[in-house]
Amino acid sequence: MADTLVSERPEAAAQAPLLRAAGVCKTYRTPDHTGRLVLDRLDFALRDGEIVAILGKSGSGKSTFLRILAGLIPASEGQVAYRGAAVRSPVQGLSMVFQSFALFPWLTVLGNVELGLEAQGVSAAERRKRAVDAIDIIGLDGFESAYPKELSGGMRQRVGFARALVVNPDILLLDEPFSALDVLTAETLRNDLLDLWTERRIPTKGIVMVSHNIEEAVEMADRILIFGSDPGRINAEIPVSLPRPRDWDAPAFRQIVDTVYTILTTVPGRDNRRGAKPEPIGLGYRLPDAAAQPLSTVIERLTEAPYNGRADLPHLADEENLDVDDLFPLIDALHLLGFANVSGGDIELTAAGRHFADAEMLDRKPIFAEAVMKHIPLAAHIRRVLDERPGHRAPAARFLRELEDHLSEEEAQRVLDTVIGWGRYAEIFAYDDDDEAFSLENF
Amino acid sequence: MEQRWGLPLVAWPSRLRPNYWDLIALPLVLGAIALVAWGGLAMTARYHVGDALPISLDPWRLPEYALRTVLRMAAALVASLVFSLVYAAVAAKNRQAEKILIPVLDILQSVPILGFLSIAVTGFIALFPGRLLGVECAAIFAIFTSQAWNMTFSLYQSLRTVPADLIEAARMYHLSPWQRFWRLEVPHGIPALIWNMMMSVSGGWFFVVASEAITVSGQTIMLPGIGSYIATAINASDLRAIFYAVGIMLVVILLYDQLLFRPLLAWSQKFKGDPGADEDNVRPWFLLVMQRARFFDLVQSGGLALNRSIDGMLAALTRSRGHRVERAAPRPWLDRLFDLVLLALAAAAAAWLAHFVSAALSLSEIGWAFVLGAITALRVLVLIALASLIWVPIGVWIGLRPRMADRVQPIVQFLAAFPANLFFPLAVVLILHFRLNSEIWLSPLMILGTQWYIAFNVIGGAVSLPDELKLAATNLGVRRWLWWRRIMLPAIFPAYVTGAVTAAGGSWNASIVSEVVQWGDTRLHATGIGAYIARYTEDGDAARIALGIAVLCLYVLAFNRLLWRRLYNLAAERLRLD
Repeated sequence: MADTLVSERPEAAAQAPLLRAAGVCKTYRTPDHTGRLVLDRLDFALRDGEIVAILGKSGSGKSTFLRILAGLIPASEGQVAYRGAAVRSPVQGLSMVFQSFALFPWLTVLGNVELGLEAQGVSAAERRKRAVDAIDIIGLDGFESAYPKELSGGMRQRVGFARALVVNPDILLLDEPFSALDVLTAETLRNDLLDLWTERRIPTKGIVMVSHNIEEAVEMADRILIFGSDPGRINAEIPVSLPRPRDWDAPAFRQIVDTVYTILTTVPGRDNRRGAKPEPIGLGYRLPDAAAQPLSTVIERLTEAPYNGRADLPHLADEENLDVDDLFPLIDALHLLGFANVSGGDIELTAAGRHFADAEMLDRKPIFAEAVMKHIPLAAHIRRVLDERPGHRAPAARFLRELEDHLSEEEAQRVLDTVIGWGRYAEIFAYDDDDEAFSLENF
Repeated sequence: MEQRWGLPLVAWPSRLRPNYWDLIALPLVLGAIALVAWGGLAMTARYHVGDALPISLDPWRLPEYALRTVLRMAAALVASLVFSLVYAAVAAKNRQAEKILIPVLDILQSVPILGFLSIAVTGFIALFPGRLLGVECAAIFAIFTSQAWNMTFSLYQSLRTVPADLIEAARMYHLSPWQRFWRLEVPHGIPALIWNMMMSVSGGWFFVVASEAITVSGQTIMLPGIGSYIATAINASDLRAIFYAVGIMLVVILLYDQLLFRPLLAWSQKFKGDPGADEDNVRPWFLLVMQRARFFDLVQSGGLALNRSIDGMLAALTRSRGHRVERAAPRPWLDRLFDLVLLALAAAAAAWLAHFVSAALSLSEIGWAFVLGAITALRVLVLIALASLIWVPIGVWIGLRPRMADRVQPIVQFLAAFPANLFFPLAVVLILHFRLNSEIWLSPLMILGTQWYIAFNVIGGAVSLPDELKLAATNLGVRRWLWWRRIMLPAIFPAYVTGAVTAAGGSWNASIVSEVVQWGDTRLHATGIGAYIARYTEDGDAARIALGIAVLCLYVLAFNRLLWRRLYNLAAERLRLD
């Protein structure tokens, strides 16, 4: 068990890749027909006997990439090949496990697991036998006739795994399979999957997993790909050759976690060195999904002991019980607003950040307002338009259209929501949700 | 564990062996099949237009009449179901078809159902010359038109809102389009479909009663059924017969509810995804019989096997033609061409309609029809307002007492299903007795059957108001008018709008039978578009029927667009409780 995977599967590196993506691009059409690039020339190969984890901030297109590998979404350019044959739609041999479980609520556990076999035209007797075997191996026996809604989240995801494994896939594609589960349940399920894998009780030859949990990725993967945003691309590749089972507290493990944090928080092309001013961003910048209130809470915590203005990111995430998906937007926002600098996996408050923390609650608003007006062009732009208009009102649709030149419809709405939140907190402008309009009322 | 899975898997599975539940189930089912066969034979009896179909007022004939009525209802329901599946599937799968099918459905929804009848009956009689089947089909068609549209809409909406992750799972596990439709898309739509089916049938009883006595070019054909029995009783001013009919109608609706809809509703719960949704854990007795009796397992297995073999055949067919994986790329010019053809067709139809109507009618008559429409519109609005004033406070009062609401809710549902037109004669008697103005006092008949939708929904809305909100209101000392304005009215608003939309739609439809009411030789008229349509339907004046229906349709559409849809959006955006 303590043997590493590589030694157990010596043939791994020598063979042709199971799954290969070459020059994969994905462009979504925008209203003005320019096209928005979300994935930029990705090359990837999954070798026999390997677990690859994909990490990246939200919006890095990692889920899109997994779906292109699965054949669920067509690539705009480039191609995906499974054992040398092009993947243009879902093919036999690839199975997927979904973040939301994606179980059919009207089918029992057995029915859900059998469904894939039924679609393949497997006979009823054999179907039953294989489904029962898969249910057994994943630890669901006794629940065959239960409906998904009778099960806890962990048990539901076990059904998801049984359904994926019953068709004897070569490759498992996992789309954040543990992120909808609580910490303990996720750990148990993860260990059970790793046991099946290392003991080779399942015929699966390769796993690609999208994750947002850094520790989870380091525990499971032989290789970690770190995706960058706008457009999505592979920023770094980190091999993990620690022996299994891996201890989360081992120094070597922590070191890899630190490295991943550092890479994830380093934005190429932006100067992240301590003391450096954040570079100006454009109007259509993908503002991080961070609300004003949590921002001020994090700033406050950073000034207190044991951090005293400076914190190791993995440590901070751990102590404050923050998920990576919660933490990174906050950190990005602090950096954008000039309240903190991030480098080498550490975060440090700037003078502005300390000034904000020291201020009384009511005095914080003007400090926040100044930072937003100075560093966030979108907010400044909205305020300028409102100042210029005689009635000091402007419909949200106007700004949404501008954002949609740079972002997808959904993202544009999200970014606008973020800036509305900041603007309201900072009292830069008011927003009327009924009329969907900005105004300078009540100031 | 070995034990559990030691079941014989291939040979006659034990779950299909008969058990004692079959003792209840089998006679019920076989009896039903025999009755259907008998009724079907009766439907195809010889008949020529002009022959009299004598309807006897003997109460002992009522069970037979009731059965004929029930069969008509069932036939219409099956037709509606098939129609919904096909129409919704095509609309949801084909973008071009969707462009025309959905607006058409929207308009069909607002066409007065009884208006269809006079037009349809001639065609159906021509289809089956010398047989009663033609007239039967016309009646079934009328009931069908009262049921199909909202079922189709609900299924279409469900098909469009299948969760993306389930679609991805279905694709990932290689479900064929046929499998995907029956294993994913239809099951996803079942809860909404069953609910709408129940509402449809509920409204359908009204039209069953109205559509059995059909007038073809001046001659009234009475199909054997409860509706004709009532019509005959009205002609004969036989109050006792009316009461018999009311009694048997009660029994029929109760049976439909117990044998069909209670079980179906409970069964449909399993198609809902969210765990919190099934509060109702008591299984209706008939569902229990169905689930326990092996006979139904056998039927279900047979159905599944049939479905699979169709899938197999389809798969073989597509394979032999060489399967196409990739979808055809969208071709914008083809879209534009399609739009142009549609526009041209619509223009041609409008021109033809204008020609047809203007050839027979003067401009002033058309104008008069719109005035009549406005009068009926005023009636509908005033009555909805009055019904709201009565039922909102009562509904809230009941809804705040959950145990009472549990008991009242089925009764209200039942009242909504009961065909209010059975009571119309009573109104005539009262109006005559008290010498009332029929312009005013006929109006309440419109809402007699549809007010229950308001009550029903308001009770539902009040029940679902979270306890915390009620407690918070008490805690803040919010009382009386402020409590209504700030808490209760906003809380029930979405439910109320749903109820009011249904009630208004039903009232428009009811105007055709409620603005002219008869008792024996006495006829009472109210001025309105409903009376206009009713009168020319009797005369068989096609141009004026068309005008009346078109005007009524335009009013309903205008009200939907200008009033109800706005309220609906407001409710959906602002006042949802989740």
